[in-house]
Amino acid sequence: MTPAGPRKTAAYIGALAGLGLILAACSSGADPANYPEDDIDVIVPFSAGGPTDTVTRMVAEPMSEELGVQLVVQNVDGAGGTVGAGQAATAEPDGYTVLMHHIGMSTAPALYDDLAYDPVADFKPVGLVTEVPMTIVGSPDFEPTTFEEFVSHIQENADTVTMAHAGEGSASNLCGLLLMDALGVEVTAVPYDGTGPAMGELVGGQVDFMCDQTTNTTGQIEAGKVKAYAVTTPERIEALPDLPTTAEGGQPDIEVSVWHGLYVPAETPDEVVTQLTDALQVALADQMVIDQMADLGTAPVAADQATPEAHATLLQEQIESWGDIIGAGQGG
Amino acid sequence: MDLLDNLALGFSEALQWHNLMFCLLGVALGTAVGVLPGIGPTATIALLLPITFGFDDPTSALIMLAGIYYGAQYGGSTTAILLNLPGESSAAVTAIDGHQMARAGRAGVALAVAALGSFAAGTVATVVLAVAAPPLARAALSFGAAEYFSLVVLGLIASIALASGSTLKALAMIVLGILLGTVGQDLNTGTPRFTFGVRELYQGLSFVAVAVGVFGIAEILRNLHDPRSRTRMVSRVANLWPTRAELRRIVGPVIRATGLGSLLGVLPGGGHVLASYASYAVEKRVSRNPGEFGHGAIEGVAGPESANNAAAQTSFIPLLTLGLPAHPVMALMVGAFIIQGITPGPDVMTEQPALVWGLIASMWIGNVLLVLLNLPLIGLWVRMLSVPYSVLFPVIVVFACIGTYSLGQNPYDVLAVAVFGVLGFVLIRAGCEPAPLLLGFVLGPLLEENLRRALLISRGDPSVFVTRPISGVLLTLALIALVVAVLPAIRRKRDVVFAEDE
Repeated sequence: MTPAGPRKTAAYIGALAGLGLILAACSSGADPANYPEDDIDVIVPFSAGGPTDTVTRMVAEPMSEELGVQLVVQNVDGAGGTVGAGQAATAEPDGYTVLMHHIGMSTAPALYDDLAYDPVADFKPVGLVTEVPMTIVGSPDFEPTTFEEFVSHIQENADTVTMAHAGEGSASNLCGLLLMDALGVEVTAVPYDGTGPAMGELVGGQVDFMCDQTTNTTGQIEAGKVKAYAVTTPERIEALPDLPTTAEGGQPDIEVSVWHGLYVPAETPDEVVTQLTDALQVALADQMVIDQMADLGTAPVAADQATPEAHATLLQEQIESWGDIIGAGQGG
Repeated sequence: MDLLDNLALGFSEALQWHNLMFCLLGVALGTAVGVLPGIGPTATIALLLPITFGFDDPTSALIMLAGIYYGAQYGGSTTAILLNLPGESSAAVTAIDGHQMARAGRAGVALAVAALGSFAAGTVATVVLAVAAPPLARAALSFGAAEYFSLVVLGLIASIALASGSTLKALAMIVLGILLGTVGQDLNTGTPRFTFGVRELYQGLSFVAVAVGVFGIAEILRNLHDPRSRTRMVSRVANLWPTRAELRRIVGPVIRATGLGSLLGVLPGGGHVLASYASYAVEKRVSRNPGEFGHGAIEGVAGPESANNAAAQTSFIPLLTLGLPAHPVMALMVGAFIIQGITPGPDVMTEQPALVWGLIASMWIGNVLLVLLNLPLIGLWVRMLSVPYSVLFPVIVVFACIGTYSLGQNPYDVLAVAVFGVLGFVLIRAGCEPAPLLLGFVLGPLLEENLRRALLISRGDPSVFVTRPISGVLLTLALIALVVAVLPAIRRKRDVVFAEDE
């Protein structure tokens, strides 16, 4: 009776491995002329339910309809998005593996010196998807009430003010670095494990302020549970029309948004990329997508931004500017 | 009266035919994924999230997803009791005494007690949610890093009670667990620790992998090593239902655990993790025969299971009243709200009363459905124990690996199952118990994070831990618990009780 156990386990593992080989053999025979004929995996390098995941699922639906095959979202979480991106970099370049990544694609080279992939050389950009604005918010007990007061308050009290963020490399961390860089101050940065807990302690008055995406802050701002100082985009946003921009408050350098884009492995044929770009364009013009993004305080990018060219330009630009800011932050 | 109006609105919403069906679907799915080791509620809700996209009624979507979550809390106890395979941290506590009961042929009783305790706790927690959500949520906000740190210290010290044997070995296991919890990227600086250049380890070891390894796989190895314990287990599957005396024994534990779980569940910074451990520690302390714990004490199943279910339900409070997700499952619920075009914020209760109260009412209905669903299944589950080991063991191993892999598509997690299986076996042979190790593993990161966070906020001044009133009280309790645990006189008595029981 006992020896049967391990033998059976081995048989099961063998069967599974065989199945894997068959599947692998099938997928390597893909022909770009007939693309797409099979489900497409979309790697989201963050956990399910987070802002990037939500954005991905919003556009995956109409893109599936357009391409006639299902886009299946795979959450490959870890190390600030570098695990999922690394997986996508080495995936078969046949268009059946697509990566959705955000601003972290451009900050990873500066944050990780042992990065296993090159965001530019190992990927082909498909197009930008959305640029989520960020907002500067304070706890209900934090003294300043306007953005101007906020700026002078933290410049005068840099050694006592605390700033929450959602962990190294997170959007709120990046915005905080940019803010400190622009104002020439260094405040105490308090990291949390994700934006949810950070917002909780901000509402509870445990920390003074935070800079975070509208996806996380709009509800709290509307309910008056946090003080809102400014939005970090050049224009005011529709979801929060009364909130001034950082430029209006005299700080045009604090401009940041969490841009999202689609990528495929570098060797993917151009005709496949074109099909994906076209489907993305259709999805971004979908009224349902527009409405859902509006609820999150954001909007699809303009059609000329949802292209490989615009995406490549922005990526290159962002890698350079974040390299400087993150380098400066680590040096100081 | 407002409350009655709200509840009436909620029930009229939740009792609509289609919502009732989604509630049933949710709890049935939850039970199923809870029973399968590894595939937990987080993965299931993540998988089903896009499907809710097409639902016309947001209430149905949330009712179903919530049902999966608390349904999984029910189901999770099943494999923990029968196979010593806990799928999540709370079930690890149930496994301690629950599996001992199963090995003594009382699996049916353990399962019935778990279901009844969960139902009672779920009912009370629903009332708590309806009556006291806003004030509780406001109170929870006064918990900052210092308070969480002190709470975790109290939890760790109280958890020495988790071990039925040597206190020293229990302490060693807690420390080992804390060390394992440090694997991965440091939250403050992003520096990788103990990752040996493996990027897949940057997010730390997977809890499910460690738990399935040190409990489930180690149990299989132990069984293969010692055939005598196997035959005993299969031959004596008797009495499925608890006796009247046994029911009387669990009343106190269930009531205490419900109160404890309801309170801890509200804390958004990880209080729900502590609920079942805290209940176990309390029950062992107040029990007249603590020596029974670890050897199949019925209170050790009833308490933690009730606490866990109560906490699962009250952990919705921060989400519904403040728009703040308390843990990954709640973060997924936020995603579900957003997909339905509702931005969850502090106003969701006043802006969407039908949805929020419908969800609350559905939780009680879901608990009724779960009892109706689970009690008849107990006979079936118990019969599973008579499946020959040559079939059962490979199936468990395959399911455990698939489930663990499905969580993050990370092959290192599967490797971790194997490594921790062997480690767990070695620990059992050395007379060390895995439960304190798991608790250290879960609480270690919370301990470190909150310690560093509190000191950052206080600018390096450690006095905050005693000068902040809640934190000070918690640390004082921890000190008392420590004195009680190590006081030689009490310890000797403990050992005597333990020896008598053997």
